[in-house]
Amino acid sequence: MSFWVRSATVRNGDVLALDDVSVTVEPGSVVVVVGGDGAGKTTLLRALVGELVLERGSVRAPAPQRIGYLTAAAGSWPALTVRQNMDFVGGIYGLAGERLQQRREALLTRAGLTEAGDRLASQLSGGMRRKLGFCMAMQHQPELLVLDEPTTGVDPVSRIDLWRLVSEAAAAGAAVLMSTTYLDEAERAGSLLVLDGGRTLAEGSLADVRATLVGSITVGDRPHRAPWAWRRGRRFHEWWRDSEQPPADVMAIEPDLEDVVVALSLQRRHEIGARR
Amino acid sequence: MIIKEFRELRRDRRTLGMLIGLPLLLLVIFGYAANFYVSSVKTAVVGPQATSAAAALPSFFDVTVVEPGEGRSDAETLLRDNTVDVVIVTGQLPALALVDGSNLFAAQSIVSVLNKVGADKVTTEVLYNPELKTSWVMIPAIIGLILTFIGTIVTSIGLVRERETGTLEQLAVMPIKPSAVILGKISPYFLVASIDMVVVTVLGILLFGVPFNGNVLVFALGAALFLFVVLGLGVFISTISQTTGQAIQTAFFFLMPQILLSGMIFPLDAMAAGVRWIGYLLPLTYFTMISQGVMLRGASLTSLWLPFLVLAVMAVVVFTGATLRFRRDLAPGRRRRAATADMGADVEAPSAR
Repeated sequence: MSFWVRSATVRNGDVLALDDVSVTVEPGSVVVVVGGDGAGKTTLLRALVGELVLERGSVRAPAPQRIGYLTAAAGSWPALTVRQNMDFVGGIYGLAGERLQQRREALLTRAGLTEAGDRLASQLSGGMRRKLGFCMAMQHQPELLVLDEPTTGVDPVSRIDLWRLVSEAAAAGAAVLMSTTYLDEAERAGSLLVLDGGRTLAEGSLADVRATLVGSITVGDRPHRAPWAWRRGRRFHEWWRDSEQPPADVMAIEPDLEDVVVALSLQRRHEIGARR
Repeated sequence: MIIKEFRELRRDRRTLGMLIGLPLLLLVIFGYAANFYVSSVKTAVVGPQATSAAAALPSFFDVTVVEPGEGRSDAETLLRDNTVDVVIVTGQLPALALVDGSNLFAAQSIVSVLNKVGADKVTTEVLYNPELKTSWVMIPAIIGLILTFIGTIVTSIGLVRERETGTLEQLAVMPIKPSAVILGKISPYFLVASIDMVVVTVLGILLFGVPFNGNVLVFALGAALFLFVVLGLGVFISTISQTTGQAIQTAFFFLMPQILLSGMIFPLDAMAAGVRWIGYLLPLTYFTMISQGVMLRGASLTSLWLPFLVLAVMAVVVFTGATLRFRRDLAPGRRRRAATADMGADVEAPSAR
């Protein structure tokens, strides 16, 4: 069964945190929500797990017993050891005895946390803590796994570990909805949702998202029109409308997800600015 | 830097409130409440010459009971039930003044006034705290203060820390009822506070010789009711605080009036009426009445019905209100799923409107 948020509108005071946003997650698939700060990623995830009330829209999610959720915060109890954290959460989900122990040790092994099992969560590195949070969210083998920026602040090696765990969860049949600010890693997801300012910029596969972008992206040594250019490493990427002819000193490239998201966000912000 | 600081201060309403409110509070408290001298004491006069003796007493003695037919044992009952602060027993020369030593400041004033009357006219006997020791009246009150400290500050910090680390949000999504979360969070504090109470009481008895004349169960019942009130305050504070610092700041607002206006330091009877009423809104005032009554005077549940009733009402109102608030904060979206989630079914939630 697929789970979804449809036409969700959420308001935080005067700010429209989500404006008519929809997302569907199928079992065995990973949907990644991307977007900058304040895009509405966390709000969307919280809406799906029932942590906030929608102003408009609807949600289909399994019962809490079948949801695994990792918040954007640490997600573990700092004064408990790794195993105590796992046992506490496992107990809430009705796991006990040998079943709890087996499941706990299997997950800790896969996450590379077995050695740290008796360490306090507060003594773990950022990456280890996120992996622990993931293990806690996965312990009861949920049908819906919701992960809020699980890789933020995590070193590249731990990010690879986390992605492996996410892929394994999906392969085992879980519907995974996660958010990230790292667009390079988001490219590997089966489906993407690009948010900006609480609105959907693009959605679908990487190819679908690329197709949303009208115009072309070039790379060069200097920006030609500052509002439409952004720096990546030592070079400047720039977006051009179909009607515009890029100058000779730049080279057209096949945009990756980061280029597409930045270009779409710039267009949207320009439209908003023009309306004002 | 100065402008930045003022901007931050303007937005930190709690600190601003403290900066403005605290000096005013201290001014009011120390101006109107900081008074150890009791100007009038509730008095009973018993024995054959009760009527004439009552008429002859100075105005310091506010005679509320005149019973010519009663004697010493009735006089002691009046004191034990805290009906009056002093009883003049007539029918002998000199007359006997029985003073309630558990009401320290009133007792000190009474003894001082009676000494001026002269030993040939009246002899004085102080009951329940014969040497008028401050420690005897302070320790029962301090037990309440310790419970207040654990109940409000420690509990609120424990709950707010859960919010700060993001684990409260995690709990909200898990299949655990908000009531179980609250119960699980406050039970350890309830237990620790109870152990603390026993330790302080026993130490008070052993180190300071404070008597325990009453029924332990009556004392325990009073402490349990009081704990529910202060734990409720702790839960409430956690619902209006986002950080540990805010929780401590807010708890301080609740703690300070309890120390200064509950009659623990300054006698309620000596406070100006405009401030005294605040004291009667504070739970520590009523717990102190119970703890001093039970420990020093051996007062019964019946004679302490008023503080018990007030604490019971406070416990129900504060604890229920605070936990409902906490529930609302914990799971705003849970109500819409509750019905189906309990059945383990999937939820299709329509718009909130």
